[in-house]
Amino acid sequence: MRRINARKITKAVKTLFIEANTVLGKDVMEALQKALSTEESDTGRQVLQKMIENADIARREKIPICQDTGLAVVFVELGQDVRVTGGPLQEAIEEGVRQAYQDGYLRKSVCDPLTRANTNDNAPSILHMDIVPGNQLRIIAMPKGGGSENMSAARMLTPAAGIEGIKKFVLETVEAAGANPCPPIIVGVGIGGSLEQACILAKKALLRPLDGEHNKDERLARMEDELLKRINALGIGPGGLGGRVTALAVSAEMMPCHIASLPVAVNLQCHVARHKEVII
Amino acid sequence: MSTTRKIQTPLTEDVIASLHAGDMVLLSGEVYTARDAAHRRLCEALSQGLPLPIDLATSTIFYAAPSPTPPRRVIGSIGPTTSYRMDAFTPALIEHGLRAMIGKGSRSAQVIESIKKNKAVYFGAIGGIAALTAGRVTKIDLVAYEDLGPEAIRKLSILDLPLVVINDSRGNDLYLSEREKWRTLS
Ligand code: SF4
Repeated sequence: MRRINARKITKAVKTLFIEANTVLGKDVMEALQKALSTEESDTGRQVLQKMIENADIARREKIPICQDTGLAVVFVELGQDVRVTGGPLQEAIEEGVRQAYQDGYLRKSVCDPLTRANTNDNAPSILHMDIVPGNQLRIIAMPKGGGSENMSAARMLTPAAGIEGIKKFVLETVEAAGANPCPPIIVGVGIGGSLEQACILAKKALLRPLDGEHNKDERLARMEDELLKRINALGIGPGGLGGRVTALAVSAEMMPCHIASLPVAVNLQCHVARHKEVII
Repeated sequence: MSTTRKIQTPLTEDVIASLHAGDMVLLSGEVYTARDAAHRRLCEALSQGLPLPIDLATSTIFYAAPSPTPPRRVIGSIGPTTSYRMDAFTPALIEHGLRAMIGKGSRSAQVIESIKKNKAVYFGAIGGIAALTAGRVTKIDLVAYEDLGPEAIRKLSILDLPLVVINDSRGNDLYLSEREKWRTLS
């Protein structure tokens, strides 16, 4: 049994959320640069340039890349040989979120769904926990903006709809979203499982680095390629002001599902694609 | 796209009439932040005949809620939120004098109709460039609804905020026309 103190976890979560909100990943920066070289629209290029400049300013001045510093989504992989001491694991994570949003001058964007009263500390987080072999603890912090999350969708397709039905649903979702999710976007697709599992797969798909890597399943790799081409033919463009680059990537994840179902989820991610991770 | 033009709030009837979808502008002067919760309150006050904390006729509303102001800075990061969520409230505000809005994303048919009928304008700001946009704000003051936290109404003094005209007073829609122009999907 390896012991990890809850305070160490709180500190890690705090650091991750502040970093994720102020430093855009190198892969995203490179993808934006690449988009700049392929975009044909003058306006589109200007928008992309501003996005790159914005991320540079945020990193230099240690201020949020976007004012919407997100709902705090946290993925945890807890090694089964780890024992958390000094307090409950979940509370340690929530405390890290609270401290990050308070001390990091991040916007508190969480409220009661009905009264809309702000919780004033950006808690609770959205916590996904997996127990895995080993004696390490992996934490991924993903501040998720509301604009792109609102344009995401899940649908229970019929098995007859097949892969063509999946592609159609993804395209429809991106087209209906237009400028709202702050394009260029990243499109996460979750296929199979159950209703909630398809959504979690779609969100996990958004964690894939933007280095051109595809799903190892040939069928999905081909679908990702084809969808990216078709999405970028929609004309929405950077900032929704028209152009060739509407999406930077399409990432799909899949697992088996019920014989009666074909669950599909499409999770959209804006160009401020934030996630940072640590292994303790 | 035409060249960038500098304009100043409060936006006069003439200036609004001269703006065309696709125009790039640099806006200076004062704008008021208001988003979901503040819109609900403004409209509730209107329906009850109560006075509003801002003068709609001379105000430009920016659908935005900044991140908190760190020490020694004017403002935190700030940028537009998605406008369609305000669509349910916007026609009422336009009926009561509002003529200029800043946000991101398409508006409903009713809002576009109301913009046209009342000779108003909807500007788009680019979403997610909030660190850059913060540099165009010279002052921030709380105006109303402090209990709404980030959603409170705040007055921002801005200098050369880069915007593009999305819906002009003739009913044009830049998002639609640009998308059509660049669309190649059969
Ligand atoms: S969708 Fe992303 S970039 Fe756009 S406002 Fe929200 S967090 Fe910012």
